[in-house]
Amino acid sequence: MKNFEYTAPNTLRKAISILADKNGNSRILAGGTDLIVQLRGSRFQAERVVDVKNIPELNELSYGSKKGLTIGAAVPCYRIYQNADCVERYPGLIDSAAIIGGIQIQGRASFGGNVCNSSPSADTIPVLIAYGSKCEIAGPNGKRRVPIEDFCTGPGKNVLQPDELLVSIRIPTIKNASGAHYLRFIPRNEMDIAVVGAGAYVELGNRKRTFKKVRIGLAAVAPTPLFAREASELIVGREVNDATIEAAAEAAKASSKPISDMRGTAEYRTHLVGVMTKRALQGAVKRARGGFVPNAVQEN
Amino acid sequence: MNKIHVQSKINGENIEFLCEPRQSLLEVLREDLGFTGSKEGCNDGNCGACSVIMDGTLVDSCLVLAVEIQGKEITTVEGLATVDGLHPLQQKFLENASLQCGICTPGFLVAAKALLDHNSNPTEHEIRHWLAGNLCRCTGYDKIIRAVQEASAVVSKSA
Repeated sequence: MKNFEYTAPNTLRKAISILADKNGNSRILAGGTDLIVQLRGSRFQAERVVDVKNIPELNELSYGSKKGLTIGAAVPCYRIYQNADCVERYPGLIDSAAIIGGIQIQGRASFGGNVCNSSPSADTIPVLIAYGSKCEIAGPNGKRRVPIEDFCTGPGKNVLQPDELLVSIRIPTIKNASGAHYLRFIPRNEMDIAVVGAGAYVELGNRKRTFKKVRIGLAAVAPTPLFAREASELIVGREVNDATIEAAAEAAKASSKPISDMRGTAEYRTHLVGVMTKRALQGAVKRARGGFVPNAVQEN
Repeated sequence: MNKIHVQSKINGENIEFLCEPRQSLLEVLREDLGFTGSKEGCNDGNCGACSVIMDGTLVDSCLVLAVEIQGKEITTVEGLATVDGLHPLQQKFLENASLQCGICTPGFLVAAKALLDHNSNPTEHEIRHWLAGNLCRCTGYDKIIRAVQEASAVVSKSA
């Protein structure tokens, strides 16, 4: 690894002025589980590494019945699954947090870092899309909010300017009779990159018999994680049954544009989009109706 | 590049060192501080051979910059045994022959220590999930799991 200057500002204002100063040659360090590997492999060079873990706003993890959930950009995965509000109200987040790397990675890796790394196969983004999350970004001209589905612009690319940083992810309050679920397909039990990932959030109406609101997020099926808007809107108002879920799965397949690579062919991935979308919706519905859907830590 | 002065506590002892920002915690532990128990396997966060506990949280020391441990407490495999003898995990790894070449062993021991600190009576499923970030290419995992189960019985009895 080439040497760099290391700095750990303790306020947002200082961090932004430092980022502006090196004009693109600074890299932001949160958990380091992507950045350190990338710097070591010479994928990126950095003149300066800016450690953002001393900035209070980036360590915030809080819930309010009006404002919803705030996940500071540097909050590591383990804090999410140890947090009672996340466990009780946002089980879809736990589905993601518990399968990102192993326990060692979860001790450092943050949702914010996963979002900023902007991999098409990112395990946090489909469920954040499903929950209707927004990214709070700070820069020299103040703050702005971007819907999570508009944050990534290509593999490894996003809307952040060189002098901006992600402060937090904001997730709205969840409604009654709602549920969410994220799952991915990998050829192993643990520790792998998604061949396809799918997250779903549903709100049920009419005594939990119809879909009132649906949001489906997909990973590893396009140059960026995808909000399957058509599939989500198609089934709103319809009865919860196999045919409706099948219709959403078919629409999700139509909206995905996967590539062929070492993890699977485009044809195989398209098939998996249908299977994973169906399972994500079924899991979300089950949770919305008060049923138990295990995450990776729990046993069936 | 100027070296940075870092103060930390490793296995209960206050320690100070100078390091370059590019140096990983693993590199400094092994090459500057003499804690060669932590192993370099993959050096990119896949194998867990370099596992250490940082302020109560299990991490891969190859993915931590040494400058980041300023003010933090680190436990390496060297911190497991006491003057009274081996840690129950070490004893049970020996009794169950849970190792062959031994490269992965310090990482497994430290990871299992972090598990028992956090949950002294884990189920087999919880042990397997927790240790998924540690790879062993010799023995297979069953003997390792068995050793952790037996150590957990000792630890939870004494707790």
